[in-house]
Amino acid sequence: MPVMTYLDAIRQGIWEEMERDPSVFLLGEDIGDYGGAFKVTAGMLKKFGAERVIDTPISESAIVGAAVGAALMGMRPVAEMQFMDFISCGFDQIVNMAAKIHYRWGAKVPLVIRGPSGAGVHGGPFHSQSNEMWFVHTPGLKVVVPATAYDAKGLIKAAIRDDNPVLYFEHKFLYRRIKDEVPEGDYTVPIGQARVAREGTDIAVITYGAMVWTALEAAEQLAKEGVSLEVVDLRSLLPYDEQAVLATVRKCNKVILLHEGTRTGGMAGELAALLAEKAFEDLDGPIVRITAPDTPVPFSPPLEEFFLPNAKKVAEAARKLAAY
Amino acid sequence: MTKSRNHRIAQFPDADTLGRMLYYLKLTRAAEERIERVLYRQGKIVGGVYVGRGQEAIAVGSAIQLDEGDVVLPSHRDFAAYVIRGFTLKEIFANWMGRANGPTRGRDNTLHLGDMARGVIPIISHLGDTCPVACGVAMVLKWRGQGNVAVVHFGEGTTSRGDVHEAMNWAAVMKLPVVFICNNNAYAYSTPVEKQYAVKDLTVRGPAYGMPGVKVDGNDVLAVYAAAAKAIARGRAGAGPSFLECKTFRMTGHSAHDAAEYVPHDLFKRWEEKDPIRRLEKRLRAEKILTRGEISEMDAKIQKEIDDAAAFAEASPMPEGETGLEDVYCGQNCNWGKTSVVSRLLSFATDNGPRTTDN
Ligand SMILES: Cc1ncc(C[n+]2csc(CCOP(=O)(O)OP(=O)(O)O)c2C)c(N)n1
Ligand SMILES: [Mg+2]
Repeated sequence: MPVMTYLDAIRQGIWEEMERDPSVFLLGEDIGDYGGAFKVTAGMLKKFGAERVIDTPISESAIVGAAVGAALMGMRPVAEMQFMDFISCGFDQIVNMAAKIHYRWGAKVPLVIRGPSGAGVHGGPFHSQSNEMWFVHTPGLKVVVPATAYDAKGLIKAAIRDDNPVLYFEHKFLYRRIKDEVPEGDYTVPIGQARVAREGTDIAVITYGAMVWTALEAAEQLAKEGVSLEVVDLRSLLPYDEQAVLATVRKCNKVILLHEGTRTGGMAGELAALLAEKAFEDLDGPIVRITAPDTPVPFSPPLEEFFLPNAKKVAEAARKLAAY
Repeated sequence: MTKSRNHRIAQFPDADTLGRMLYYLKLTRAAEERIERVLYRQGKIVGGVYVGRGQEAIAVGSAIQLDEGDVVLPSHRDFAAYVIRGFTLKEIFANWMGRANGPTRGRDNTLHLGDMARGVIPIISHLGDTCPVACGVAMVLKWRGQGNVAVVHFGEGTTSRGDVHEAMNWAAVMKLPVVFICNNNAYAYSTPVEKQYAVKDLTVRGPAYGMPGVKVDGNDVLAVYAAAAKAIARGRAGAGPSFLECKTFRMTGHSAHDAAEYVPHDLFKRWEEKDPIRRLEKRLRAEKILTRGEISEMDAKIQKEIDDAAAFAEASPMPEGETGLEDVYCGQNCNWGKTSVVSRLLSFATDNGPRTTDN
């Protein structure tokens, strides 16, 4: 099976959908000739033409609003945010226009908003945010967060084919750092389905995005110490895979909830509430959250390193929890 | 309402101001070269690096006229505005290098440096967001009635953001003392102006909202000075906002990692000939305002200032990781001002006279 980067997998997924379905088109800043700030859309203008790969003015609200309009007319727009941080400039069109149309009057809005999120590259407070939870709190949207190249391709295809607005959060740290096997040809990864990234028996680590790799690194370390971590990659946050979350906790009876987003109102809080409701009897230890602290993402390398969860922090927490 | 201060208004700068303008132009060019072409390439600066090479005259020709109480909201390419308003090179370099004693304590990067005492509200990466902020600032300046103005800079690409439109309309409706300065450098990242807007000159946007729209040669610091003088005077007099479109060219890639292969090469050559620094230097020598010797002295002084600032920044400590938890809110657990060494040492000169950048 071909091995490719996370970034190439996204590109291939979009490319194949563009070939498969003429209603799919792209819009965003610098995505044409330039191929996008991170080159996700490189080569697409040449292949698909300027009507399907649209360079826009710096107008995020209009990018999203126009995508909504086109979606209502039967197209499947894929809008790029140059950085997911800038999605706030299109916020109203997403959370009020796109998200509520189907509920209010039954029309479908099949659009995708995608772009790089996440920290680890010294981008500072405005190029590093993990702001997926802004949208997880908005019924009517779907939110996906691929961690592997395989899922990146499968989820972008699923997102494009979905009849609802889907926010597709790429992690910029993974773009060229992660490579894995991606089958040739068509496949999708269903939205709302988690996967077990590593089987284990002692502690469940439930996470998503770049932190999947952090959890796997910690699991590797702890395996040497005789503690078995099971790593569950949520892949979708809205809707999220309740059954998979409950299953891993019922199996391991201890749980660490891990993410790069900030703590209060983070995904871990939601999962902890679910576990308190539905898996109370299955827990043999306190629910442990490992998250970024409640601060903006700082720029300077030592600050950013302190801010981000890492394998060492996960391993330490896991050791403590194992001994509980 | 307090009485209006006496603000100096001149269409043409005096000899002293001309000399200072050349100094700030050269300082900006040299400091940004050090940042982009030396420190970044050496890995001493990480993250995104944006400079304003070729367009220095816009910030210099406008900020040089600001008085105490005025507020500037520069774009990411307006290095000189920070220096003219009193940020030292040491502070600026320390911030670029993420040091604990930089004005942001390592929390933010590039030129995201703010200080109300110096009348500087920095850009955030989200383009255009400072324009409505300038309106709020100007509302208060107007209420205080001291004839102060707010000057906000943004690129031509940024004019496509809704916030800019809301702000221009707002400022015109409320007759606010705002000077909107568009640094039109022909590109927004890879996007040329034809893909950004469908008018020939953005100046039409001024009258469209009810304010003057003035086209300015952004590579001629004297033209910028004259146009800004008029717009600032209009603001000080309570006659409302102005919009200046300063035409210039981005003589670099969008950022240090961008080779700008999408820019036709001859454009760089053509704009090189309009270099704002050489133009002013030539003129000052022709008019015998500065001699060749005085100019080389100026160059040497600038190099020394930059060397000192870079050495200071490099020798400065990185922040401790846990300090990132502080200051999210004002009040509790707030160490602001106690740990920023440079800020503590610095006292802002309130006159409008020449400021050395070396503290
Ligand atoms: C709202 C928003 N969208 C996108 C970006 C990414 N971005 C950063 S600079 C830039 C180009 C800005 O062009 P312009 O306004 O002309 O300013 P210039 O960089 O040319 O000075 C873009 C698209 C951003 N920072 N903010
Ligand atoms: Mg521009």
